[in-house]
Amino acid sequence: MFKSLAPPEYLATIDREKCIRCKRCIQNCGWGVYSWGGDKILIDTFKCVKCLRCYHYCPEEAIEIKDNPTKFKQNAYWSFNNIRNIKKQAETGGIPLTGMGSDMPYPILFDNLLIDACQVTNPSIDPVREPMELRTYLGKKPSNIKVEKTKDGKLKLSEPMPPQIKLDLPIIFSPMSYGSISLNAQKVLATAAKASGIVMNTGEGGLHEDLFPYKGNIIVQVASGRFGVNPEYLNAGVAVEIKIGQGAKPGIGGHLPGEKIPLEVARTRMIPVGTDAISPAPQHDIYSIEDLRQLIYAIKETTNYKPVSVKIAAVHNVAAIASGVVRAGADIVYIDGFRGGTGAAPSIIRDHLGIPIEHALAAVDDRLRQEGIRNEASIIAAGGIRSSADVAKAIALGADAVGIGTAALITMGCTTCGKCYTGNCSWGITTQRPELTARLDPEVYAERLTNLIRAWSHELKEILGALGINSIESLRGNRERLRGVGLDSFTLDILGVKPAGR
Amino acid sequence: MVEINASGTYYKELNQKVREAVEKGEKEIVLKNVNGQYYIGDGLRGSSTIVIEGVPGNDLAAFMDGPTLRIKSNAQDNISNTMNSGKVIVEGNAGDVLGYGMRGGKLHIRGDVGYRVGIHMKGNKKQTPTIVVGGTAGDFFGEYMAGGVLILLGLDSTGPLVGDYLGTGMHGGTIFVRGEVDKKLCGAEVGILDLDDDDQKVLKDALTDYCKDFGLKLEDIMKKGFKKLIPVSSRPYGNLYAY
Repeated sequence: MFKSLAPPEYLATIDREKCIRCKRCIQNCGWGVYSWGGDKILIDTFKCVKCLRCYHYCPEEAIEIKDNPTKFKQNAYWSFNNIRNIKKQAETGGIPLTGMGSDMPYPILFDNLLIDACQVTNPSIDPVREPMELRTYLGKKPSNIKVEKTKDGKLKLSEPMPPQIKLDLPIIFSPMSYGSISLNAQKVLATAAKASGIVMNTGEGGLHEDLFPYKGNIIVQVASGRFGVNPEYLNAGVAVEIKIGQGAKPGIGGHLPGEKIPLEVARTRMIPVGTDAISPAPQHDIYSIEDLRQLIYAIKETTNYKPVSVKIAAVHNVAAIASGVVRAGADIVYIDGFRGGTGAAPSIIRDHLGIPIEHALAAVDDRLRQEGIRNEASIIAAGGIRSSADVAKAIALGADAVGIGTAALITMGCTTCGKCYTGNCSWGITTQRPELTARLDPEVYAERLTNLIRAWSHELKEILGALGINSIESLRGNRERLRGVGLDSFTLDILGVKPAGR
Repeated sequence: MVEINASGTYYKELNQKVREAVEKGEKEIVLKNVNGQYYIGDGLRGSSTIVIEGVPGNDLAAFMDGPTLRIKSNAQDNISNTMNSGKVIVEGNAGDVLGYGMRGGKLHIRGDVGYRVGIHMKGNKKQTPTIVVGGTAGDFFGEYMAGGVLILLGLDSTGPLVGDYLGTGMHGGTIFVRGEVDKKLCGAEVGILDLDDDDQKVLKDALTDYCKDFGLKLEDIMKKGFKKLIPVSSRPYGNLYAY
C-alpha cells in the first residue's frame, strides 16, 4: 500500500512540554488519530478531521489542530478540494462522499437581505413587557369559515377545522434518522421538542421505542426505503411526512453506509447487519403527481386523516412541483434548499445540484398565491437556517415555519467537520459506536438545545417588536419588510423584495 | 358473515364501512360489485377475512397488519405496499410494484404480475414477507431486495418467465425461480445457486400454503426444479465510494 498522495487537510499537533500523557486524546478521538507509543502520544494526522473533540478534552490545552500549510500550492481556480478529490478518485475509483450542507462559496441570499424597523411614525413594541405571539399552526386552512351561535350565545365553527400541528414557535427539527444519527441524539431532539412545544421528525429510520413518550412532538417519515414503517408507526406521531427529496442530494436516494448499521439499527430497519441501507432514488410507486396523491391518501386512510407533509428538494422548477404537491392533497410542503445538511452524500451532488432555499421559497409562495391555493398547505422552509434572523427572513419570504438540523446538532457538540458518513463522530452524534454514542448525555444536551430554541424565540420577539408587530402571523409573507443589498434586479424580482433605499 | 355492496360507493365511504365491520368483530366480510375503489384494507388490523368480488383499485392492503384479503378476479398496482402482516390472495393477474417495502405477511398471486414486483422487501428473524407469483413477472423483479422470500413459478406460461434486471441491487433475502435462470437477466449483485435442504423446506412450506389457496397440487409444481438467487455480497455498493 503506497502512501496516499492526497495530503492531510489538518495537522494535529501536541505541545510535548505541556502534554502530561493522560491519554484522554486517545480515548476521545473517534478517528484513531492518537495512539500510545510507550512513552508518548503518537499522531496519525491523515485521520484528523478537525472535529476538535481532543482539543476540548485535553486538560493541559496541549493540542492544536492547524490547517496543513503544505497541502497543495494555493491556486484560485484549482481548490484544495478539487485536487484532493482527483487524487482520491485516482487512488480508489470511488465517489467521494461528504456530510453536512454544502460549504461552497455560492452567494448567500439571507446575508443580502435586511429586515425593516420602526422609527417615529410607527411605534416599535417592547417584546419583554408586551404580549408577543409566535404560535404557529401547520396544516390546511379552509378558504372560508362558517360560524354559528351555540345555545349559550358563544360562537363556534360550524364545520370542523382540518387537522393542525400546533407549534409554540415557527421552528421544527428537521428529519434525521436513527441510523444516520445516534439514538441519544434523537432523544435530545425529542426532549427539546417537547420542552419547547415544537416537533422533531424521525427521518427514515423508524421510531425507536424509547421515543414513544414523545409521540405528541414527533412527525414520522415515510421515504423510498420504507424503513421502520408499519401502521403503529404511521399512527404514532402528530403527522406523517413523505420524503421525496433532500436539499443536499436532490434526485438521488439515501445511502446509509454499513459502518452505521449495527444490530439495533438493522433490527429497526429490518435489513442485514453491516449492509448499506439503500433508499432508492425515486419511490417506485410515485412517478407522477397522481401517484403522489395515491400515497398521500393511502396514508390518510391508514391514519384516519392525520396531516401529511411532503418534503421536496429545492430544484429549478420547484414552484410548479410544489403546486402539484399541494393539489395532490399535502397539508404541508417541506422545501429543503441546497445548503441543507446530510449524513452522507456524494460531494459532487451536494455541491452542484439544486437551488438555494431563499429563491425556492419565494417562488413557491408566489406561485401558490397566484393559483389561489396558498391556504391549502403550510410551507416549511429548510436548508441552511443558521440563526433567528434567517428564521425571520424565511418567514417574511413566505414560510409558515422553518426546519433546523445542523443548528440543532451544533448544540450537541458538532463542529460541522462534515464526516458524518464515516460513523466515527467523536461527539457521539452521527455514529452508532456504543463507546462514542454513550458520550452524548440526552438530558444535558436537551437542555442546551432547549436553551437555543428559547434564545431564538426571544430574538424573534425582539425582531417583531422592532418591526412594530406583535404576531409572527403579521410577518408571514410580508416581503415589504425586507430589503435587498447588493442584489441584481432579477434576484430582487424573484424574491419580491425592493432594494435598500427604495 | 356480512355483505357490503360497493356499487357506486366512493372509496372513503367503502373503507369506512369495512373498518366498522372489522371493529365490530366480523370474521368474514364480502365486498360485492367492487369497481376500482382505491385503498381497500389499508392500515387495517385484526384477523378478519375480506372477500372482494370485482376488480379493486390501486394500493390495496397498503400498510395492512393482520387481515386476509381474497380477490376473486384481477387486481391492479401497488398491492401490499409496506404491508406488515396478513395475507392477500389474488385469483387473477396483478399489476406493477406489488409488495413494495413489504415487511411481513403473504401475497399469493395466481396469474402474472407486472414490473418491479417485490422491490425492497425486508425481513428479520421474526418477520419474513413472502410473495408467490404463479405466472410470469416483468423487469426489476426483487430489485433492492433486503429480506424475505420471493417465489416465481411460471405455471401455464408460454412467454418469458421473467424480465430483465432480476434482483438488481439485492442485498438480502432469497428469490426462488422455478426452472432455469439466464444469468444475463440478473443484476450484477445476484448469485444463482442450487437449493440446499433448508431452502427446500422454506420453499415447500411456502408452496404448500399457496397450493391450498388455489387448489393446486404441490407435487405438480415440484416436478420442475428450482434455482435460488441470493446476493453475492451483503454490501454490493461498498466499493462505490471513496472515504
